Amino acid sequence: MARAWRFGDFVNTDQIIPGRYNVTTSSAELGRACFIEHRPEYAAQVRPGDLIVAGEDFGCGSSREHAVIAILASGVTAVLAPSFARIFYRNAINRGLAVLESPGAGAVQEGSEIELDVARGRVIDHTANREIVARPLPLFAQRIARHGGVLELVRVHGSLNGVCLPACGSAPDGPVPLSPGRMP
Amino acid sequence: MGTLAEEILSARLGRAVAAGETVVVPVDVVMSHDTTTALVAEGLAELGRAVAHPERGVVVFDHITPAATVAAAAQQQRAREFVSHQGIPHLLTDGISHQVLPEHGLVAPGDVVVGADSHTVTLGAFGAFATGMGSTDVAVAYATGESWLRVPATLAIQLEGRFPSGVGAKDLILEVVRRVGSDGARYQAVEYVGPAAAALPIGDRMTLCNMAVEMGGKAGLFAADRLTTQWLEGRGSRPPRVARARAPEYLRVETFQLDRLEPMVAISPRVDAGRPVRELVGLPVDQVFIGTCTNGRLSDLAAAAVLLAGRRVAVRTVAVPASREVYLAALRAGYLETLVQAGVSVESPGCGPCLGRHKGVLGPGERAVTTMSRNFRGRMGDPSSEIYLASPETAAASALSGRLADPRGLV
Repeated sequence: MARAWRFGDFVNTDQIIPGRYNVTTSSAELGRACFIEHRPEYAAQVRPGDLIVAGEDFGCGSSREHAVIAILASGVTAVLAPSFARIFYRNAINRGLAVLESPGAGAVQEGSEIELDVARGRVIDHTANREIVARPLPLFAQRIARHGGVLELVRVHGSLNGVCLPACGSAPDGPVPLSPGRMP
Repeated sequence: MGTLAEEILSARLGRAVAAGETVVVPVDVVMSHDTTTALVAEGLAELGRAVAHPERGVVVFDHITPAATVAAAAQQQRAREFVSHQGIPHLLTDGISHQVLPEHGLVAPGDVVVGADSHTVTLGAFGAFATGMGSTDVAVAYATGESWLRVPATLAIQLEGRFPSGVGAKDLILEVVRRVGSDGARYQAVEYVGPAAAALPIGDRMTLCNMAVEMGGKAGLFAADRLTTQWLEGRGSRPPRVARARAPEYLRVETFQLDRLEPMVAISPRVDAGRPVRELVGLPVDQVFIGTCTNGRLSDLAAAAVLLAGRRVAVRTVAVPASREVYLAALRAGYLETLVQAGVSVESPGCGPCLGRHKGVLGPGERAVTTMSRNFRGRMGDPSSEIYLASPETAAASALSGRLADPRGLV
């Protein structure tokens, strides 16, 4: 069961991993620096499988993919928020960090026990004993997620055409597995 | 028929596309810098692919250059190896990517540009569809020569009138961001339209496009025109693929009267917390920084020099030209001498202290007035430090007194 780490609105990438700490591609180092100034106790206390539940526009600011790597390396595999900043959202999909848009994320309390089924977009808050509705991933994101990330999609298809072709807007062709996340 | 974003992407794809469609589009320029190239290289290696079109690649050292730490130096070594191994002809070390790409003629109107830096949107000032992405997306763009994106809907910013004296593009964009909100243009293109937009010089257009991302925007855009052509002339850029909006359907239009603007400041730690400077005049300031991809151009240094000429700054003040070209022009025009005589530390071109890594890091509880685009908590140093965003004029005026100052009394 995942435990929820609550964050507020407009958590930016400088808060996830300050610029001073992203002069490395080592996921272990980035994981240790995750939220190092914004929430110093996080890296030591977060457990594998925990969940970040945040407010509006999570991941706004710089394009640094180190933010997604840091979160994945800290052991978190999913972020639930009403909305995400554009570049962070892409980076997360590309690396297999589950990003679930959920208008009801704000109701989740710090430390709540959460059961997460990314494939079905089902989130159950066991502490509050209720289900939270999460929007299914858009089709292009599902296609990428099914491969566990965009690099694997390109490897399989030889190009990006797998994102979109034969035509975006058609029905998804299977369930989306929980992706393991890609580490450098 | 469409917005400028739709027209540029349609022209590049050779078929009409509209907002909401997901497309795979050829990319004309792929950019990464000293902090993002190592991850890009790892992505390519993981993919087992080489750069498909090395001539379209540009690697820029701007974030921590010259290297301030061993880690930064090591990262730059890896980036140099990548450039040399992949045969990328453009390794630029003479300034901020968003400034030096156009200076080197590497961007043309109608281009699709993908950069591993969120402020890549700055290049929309040249009528290019330029957007920031993460390192993996950029690795894919290097490997395949393409990128996927959803054609964005467009927020039109209609500009009317003229700036009053002492008020400029930075004050305007701080007001735009205040009104639209830091996520008010999420996933959208921000297109600047109207007669007042067409009259703005390229530097102002860059400032306005640069901060489109501070509203969540995917791109900032100006239609290329005669000013664009003149600016790029002699720089060896490719022939433009000129596109303009035709009977566009905007998601919404926000109108701004330039005559009614006044000097603005965005209060730490929110970019959209803009307030008129006059409401906060006298606020103590520990450091002033003039520079960055938002406001490190010749006109910005000139504005600071006018205010500081024959005077002395009261607090530590750092000025960083956006590029070597800007640095040299400011040197020749005498601006740098004026700044140095006023007590300003003039640093070598690059991002400077914007990322809190060197050349003016903030200590606990310190407050900076800067011409940057972001005032996130701790960005320039200690998490308890504060960043107030302002125009070069307001920053220079504040440097003189060590307190937030309205430049209109001094101009």
